[in-house]
Amino acid sequence: MNFSVIVVVVVVTALAFDFTNGFHDTANAMATSIATGALPPRVAVLISGVLNVVGAFLSVEVAKTISSGLVDETRITPVVIFAGLVGAILWNLVTWLIGIPSSSSHALFGGLIGATWVAAGTGAIHFGALISKVVLPAVISPIVAGVIALVATYLAYRITAKADDGTTRRGFRVGQIVSASMVSLAHGTSDAQKTMGVITLTLITAGALPAASGPPIWVILTCGLAIGLGTYFGGWRIIRTLGKRVSDIQTPQGFAAETSSAAVILTSSHMGFALSTTHVCTGSIFGAGAGRRLASVQWGVAGQMALAWVVTLPAAAVVGGAAALAVSDGGTFGTVVVAVVGVGVAAGIFVSSRRRPINADNVNDVPGRVEPVPAGA
Amino acid sequence: MNIDWGSLLLVALVSLAAAVAVVVLVALALVGLSAARPDAPRGGAGASVASPAVATTLSYVCLLAAAAIAAYGIYLVAR
Repeated sequence: MNFSVIVVVVVVTALAFDFTNGFHDTANAMATSIATGALPPRVAVLISGVLNVVGAFLSVEVAKTISSGLVDETRITPVVIFAGLVGAILWNLVTWLIGIPSSSSHALFGGLIGATWVAAGTGAIHFGALISKVVLPAVISPIVAGVIALVATYLAYRITAKADDGTTRRGFRVGQIVSASMVSLAHGTSDAQKTMGVITLTLITAGALPAASGPPIWVILTCGLAIGLGTYFGGWRIIRTLGKRVSDIQTPQGFAAETSSAAVILTSSHMGFALSTTHVCTGSIFGAGAGRRLASVQWGVAGQMALAWVVTLPAAAVVGGAAALAVSDGGTFGTVVVAVVGVGVAAGIFVSSRRRPINADNVNDVPGRVEPVPAGA
Repeated sequence: MNIDWGSLLLVALVSLAAAVAVVVLVALALVGLSAARPDAPRGGAGASVASPAVATTLSYVCLLAAAAIAAYGIYLVAR
């Protein structure tokens, strides 16, 4: 196969996105395990990273949804995909900086759609597929996962109410290690496929692969490794938000939440729904919080997250669209400018994250927690 | 626009059944393991009627069943 420079650039950018996807989403699988102390933070991210790589090899259903469904591959070029990826990466980095578990998948779809819209017009976007395979599952999946986790948590507490406390806690702690591993595996299956889909789409638009092909093996391998490495680096900011700020999670809740997430993600990946692992896992954690005691859930945090979720797709679309404007009007020069600006903004976000670093050592401390104020004070 | 409500509903129901079954089985296993502890209360109200050996065996059966559900799920996806 003979790749032009732009195809190589797009593949590298896609893998960079995959990396941000990994560290953005470590929290989904491991936040509750780290919060309950079932796993030490560094061990948790190592297990999660390895299982993400394994998961990447399990299935290609979601990759096919992306490479042959959302946008009209005959009307876009690799440069447009590049612009979309830049939008997705920048949005992922911004939300990571403020510690919001927004959907990497929606950032990706938003970026691609915005770039396609600007470069090829609305006709090149398959709105039907967008609604039925992305938007609708995005609205339904966190609710479904939340309800499942609520039922499971309620039953877990109900059944073990009279059992020995120590045995129950230790048992659910071991259970959590297994269930968190399942979520990591499911995450690798679901999310690594999204980047595979994008790279495959690029190869198709560049003419290196026939239309409607599945991802080649080297694409599967590099995507699995990129997302695994990103997961290992760990998005500690988001882990803190999900593990500590949503609700005070105990081991039975963590186990119920992770089991529900794994079940929903694996089932829907099998059906080819490109749903957001972030939405599912966040929904489960809220459900598990509500399943123990309704008042213990910080619903204000839920409001912030819901807002970020609604904004993610359009925001990434705007950045992707702006990048597409530059690359389609500015040609090679425009592409270089977008690349330089993208790298610059990413570096800036990284530098500002160093000012108040959150890492494996302080992930479970919550400095911002407001102490209850006595009445009349 | 063609929305595949059937598949969405199927995903919801299958996930509900699988997740609740796994969590309930593990919870039951832990109840059994508690009852099998040497210092578990016996004879009082709410105490286990089964012997420790039976309780332990039943617990392992529950855990195996939960593991089987998980393994079958992975098998279905990877197939």
